Amino acid sequence: MDIFDIFLLEAVLNGLLLGGLLALLSLGLNLIFGVIDVVWICYAELIMCGMYAVYYLYVVYHWPLLLAMPCAIGIVALLGVLLHQFVIRPVLTAEPINQLLVTGGVLFFLQAAATLVFGIEFKNLGVALPSIVVGEMSFSASRLVAFCVALAGVLALYFFLKRSYLGIAIRAISQDRAIMPLMGVSPARIFVITSALGGALAGLAACLLVLQYDTHPAIGLSFGPITFLICVLGGLGNMVGGFIAAFLFAQFISVGGFFFALEWGYVFSFIFFIAMMFWRPQGILGGK
Amino acid sequence: MKYGALALLAAVPLLGIGNYPLHLVIQVLLWGYIYTSWSLMGRLGMVSFGHGAFMSIGAYGVVMLWNHFGVSPWIGALAALTATAATAFVIGYPCFRFKIVGHYFALVTLALSEVARLIIVALRDQTGGSLGATPNSALTGDASMSLAALQFSNKIVWFYIVLAVWLAGLWIWRQVDRSMGRIALQAISEEEEAAASIGIHVTRAKLRITMISALMTCAGGVLYAQYQLYINPDSVGGIAISLQMVFGAIAGGMYARLGPTVGAAFTLLLAEGLRYAFGNRFPALDTTIYGVILVLFIIFMPKGILGAAEQGWRKLTAKSPARA
Repeated sequence: MDIFDIFLLEAVLNGLLLGGLLALLSLGLNLIFGVIDVVWICYAELIMCGMYAVYYLYVVYHWPLLLAMPCAIGIVALLGVLLHQFVIRPVLTAEPINQLLVTGGVLFFLQAAATLVFGIEFKNLGVALPSIVVGEMSFSASRLVAFCVALAGVLALYFFLKRSYLGIAIRAISQDRAIMPLMGVSPARIFVITSALGGALAGLAACLLVLQYDTHPAIGLSFGPITFLICVLGGLGNMVGGFIAAFLFAQFISVGGFFFALEWGYVFSFIFFIAMMFWRPQGILGGK
Repeated sequence: MKYGALALLAAVPLLGIGNYPLHLVIQVLLWGYIYTSWSLMGRLGMVSFGHGAFMSIGAYGVVMLWNHFGVSPWIGALAALTATAATAFVIGYPCFRFKIVGHYFALVTLALSEVARLIIVALRDQTGGSLGATPNSALTGDASMSLAALQFSNKIVWFYIVLAVWLAGLWIWRQVDRSMGRIALQAISEEEEAAASIGIHVTRAKLRITMISALMTCAGGVLYAQYQLYINPDSVGGIAISLQMVFGAIAGGMYARLGPTVGAAFTLLLAEGLRYAFGNRFPALDTTIYGVILVLFIIFMPKGILGAAEQGWRKLTAKSPARA
């Protein structure tokens, strides 16, 4: 029974580490939705682009990893701006569902273009961080790093939005889009900045994911859905709710995967999600 | 003219066009039927990303019952349809009751797609997991068809089956289009509260169309499995297939009866055309171009190919009397 408990504890702690990463993943999407009121269905594909950027800069062009990563973040931030300017802006006044669908088209495009340009092979960064062994439990260091960086990213964004002038403008726009232009804030500019910020967060997530997973064109599909569901569960646009939801989901995946197979962990988390939607459709922290 | 075109279509196999072109026509009709099923809901403001689940219930339902229990696909199809109705109800009723619409509806149904796909993968001992499954062949010796097992080696037989189902789909579309329920749903999609205030039972109206759409999609899954004789979780379900339905319908135009079929023909011709032009040198070129086209469509032509063509035609005919 002792052994059993320690493995369960390991699963719970691993779930906690995964939760940090998922929280970061959902953060950018939540920011975009909260401010621009658009769901980037292709968000996970932007992360994939970031992973390829790190891979190519580091493995193919032999840049130092610590230089390649900020560059990748910059590239994805730029992609976010391009996405907003060329795809989202034309449909900003269209029906909301069209905005969802148009980014779905981008999803197809990015995924296929990645296959076309990079091929379907799995690309491994070849950076192996050691495992950390505590008692009988072992944790991968890359997960721990991801967890810490993700938390730092979450905190940095929080203080940016709370304290800086720009952050206050962003929050103001998200609260009332119609009034803020009268106060001298240009929504168009804020939208571009938010898109860049959302892209940068996707880039940061890419840097952390590339340490743990092989990059391939379809990788977006493997963690895209869960990212959306976390955002919806937390209440779309509600960053604190998304943060909590990320940890809930991660526990379902990790502990469910511990008792059964990994897929069952996902199945349970999705069923949990559907049940929660009926109980609190506005999200765990959403207002009525 | 309509019946002439239909007669021409029905005569396609008699032209002796060979197996591969016939296969393409069957694919267009089958996917056209599935996209039509999706559009029944989609055009009334219920954008579902969950139809992959219904299709995979149909496909895996019949194949699993046949392979493991020897149940005829006819009975299997009934079982799958029952399971689909139950699933659609369990998801649909709370969604409509609690007014989960728009983005939220799309994302809840997306979760459903993933649940179905993951369950199939997780039950890999029974379903073959990601590697997929093949229905056991019922064609022994030189038999070319087995009605009980719904297996036919002759593509012409399949052509007529799929043609009939496709026509049935269009007929259902017309029946729905002419019903009071459709008008009610249109009112709901524009202003749900207002529709409820004039006495429309919102939940019931939405649930009814969802059931029709889900059951039709499930039947499409059954046909797909029996025709292809190979299914895997990504070819009959999951997000990829759900999105394919959504975008196929949108590209063709989900507001017109033949729009989804035009979408199916368009996407298939695009893929085949590019393969013909470039061979297999550029494996994902068709999807890349398709993605760009989708984005352009949604921005500039949200009513799809057929919708835009109809609009253009109406403009032309409206102008001509003024000129005369």
